[in-house]
Amino acid sequence: MEKRYCTLESNSPVAPGVYRMTLSSDQDLRHRCGQFVEVAVPEKFLRRPLSVSLSQADRLTLLYKVVGGGTAALAALQPGAGLDLLTGLGNGFDIEACRNAALLIGGGIGAAPLHQLCRDLRAAGRQVTVLLGFNTASEILLRDELEALGATVHVATADGSKGIHGLVTDALQQVRPTFDYAYVCGPMPMMRALYPLLPETSEFSLEERMGCGTGLCFGCTIQTTEGPRRICHEGPVFKKNLLPW
Amino acid sequence: MVNDTSVTLAGIRLQNPVIPASGTFGFGFEMAGCFDLNRLGAISLKGTTLEPRFGNPTPRIAECSGGLLNAVGLQNPGIDALVSDIAPRVRTLCKTPLIANISGFSLDEYGICCEKADQCEALDIVEVNISCPNVHKGGMVFGTDPKAAAAVTRRARKATHKPLFIKLSPNVTDIVPIARACEEEGADGLTLINTLLGMRIDIRRRRPVLANRTGGFSGPALLPIALRFVNQVAKACRIPLIGCGGVASAEDVIEMMMAGATAVQVGSASLHDPLACPAIIDQLPKVMEQLGIEHLKDIIGIV
Repeated sequence: MEKRYCTLESNSPVAPGVYRMTLSSDQDLRHRCGQFVEVAVPEKFLRRPLSVSLSQADRLTLLYKVVGGGTAALAALQPGAGLDLLTGLGNGFDIEACRNAALLIGGGIGAAPLHQLCRDLRAAGRQVTVLLGFNTASEILLRDELEALGATVHVATADGSKGIHGLVTDALQQVRPTFDYAYVCGPMPMMRALYPLLPETSEFSLEERMGCGTGLCFGCTIQTTEGPRRICHEGPVFKKNLLPW
Repeated sequence: MVNDTSVTLAGIRLQNPVIPASGTFGFGFEMAGCFDLNRLGAISLKGTTLEPRFGNPTPRIAECSGGLLNAVGLQNPGIDALVSDIAPRVRTLCKTPLIANISGFSLDEYGICCEKADQCEALDIVEVNISCPNVHKGGMVFGTDPKAAAAVTRRARKATHKPLFIKLSPNVTDIVPIARACEEEGADGLTLINTLLGMRIDIRRRRPVLANRTGGFSGPALLPIALRFVNQVAKACRIPLIGCGGVASAEDVIEMMMAGATAVQVGSASLHDPLACPAIIDQLPKVMEQLGIEHLKDIIGIV
């Protein structure tokens, strides 16, 4: 955990209710893929946990969905604004776990952390197949960016307006990708539906309403096969065998 | 100017009065890599019960103006893990006085936990929580009635020779008889206040935000309420008080001490800024300088 003061470089909608925010700093902003930040929000007591979509030494990209007053306040911030962040939170994805070919599955805003995950896996020479699920075509995120990294991307929409008609579980069964390790991030019902369809060599990035994001308050605990674990501190990424689903 | 921040709490010298409050600082490990825990006045460890507890279902957190509600429900690995594993490991990280925070669901549970804490060399102070609003048939039940508070204090007093603090609830009509009952049964001090019982409703889903329905409210909005309780008890009791509730700055620490606190716990502030305690400790000498305070202990209870 580090405290970082960043400058807002850009903050604009990329899909209905979804914003891409880029931040710069003269301090190191590198993250492991799958880690998150806690952003202080004007007029709110608690920070907002946002997953890191992409990080470089001097730049951070966050994709976030406006779901309430806090994220709405973030969406209203203009370039040049200063932001107070806690960075480097959570464990992140285990890219070493993939030997040859990775399967990445994202649902909705859960696609956000797959960007850097894909970048880092490609940099390590791994083949990457991505399945992305959205409600409708206008909500599609990151497809072009992931393809530009050399990943094979399949999109599913629940209303059939683009790509495979259905959910990512349908896409998984249609595409039948070859992989030795899977990474999943998305809404809880999606992850629970995928859980029985994926091998033990899988990991899931979980979400829960958080208090501190730094392991202090025990607000975001889940039960695992090894006992209670804090999503913010021991997670947010859990290996399949830890999840008692 | 001297700017002496040290205080003496039930015979234990603290280099400064700033203590992370139980439940807002884990067991100390989480921040050990971020700042030197030796800088803290003391550490009140996560609340511990006889048996391990998972706590309440999620969501456990709901934000409010000026703070948050929590309904964690005393998640903890149990007293045996605390005394045999956790506390000795925290002790290897720092020399800071460690406070065991004990909760129970019966007099015997409080008693057994205090006996076990008493036998643990790594622990310096026992803080008995009779004010947790988030568990049923326990916690706060003992803190809202003078006779029940007296009974817990008596049992805990028999169980430990370590300095014994009782953590009181603000969810009472009159705190003074409860505070006096604890003092009469041999408590070395009192910690006050725990959280205020509260509730939030998700108006779109038409149901409580917290899975537990209700939770404990804490945060900066609590400061004036905590100051009133501390001042009220300071006028009624002779034992030292640890003031807790809404403290987020060095000025707040001084205000709490003027109200009657010998030491001060910082809770929710750490959930917004995990470096809040060291930041407050850094600021204390500067604020003392501005206010012409040479020895912090001189201002205890002056109002």
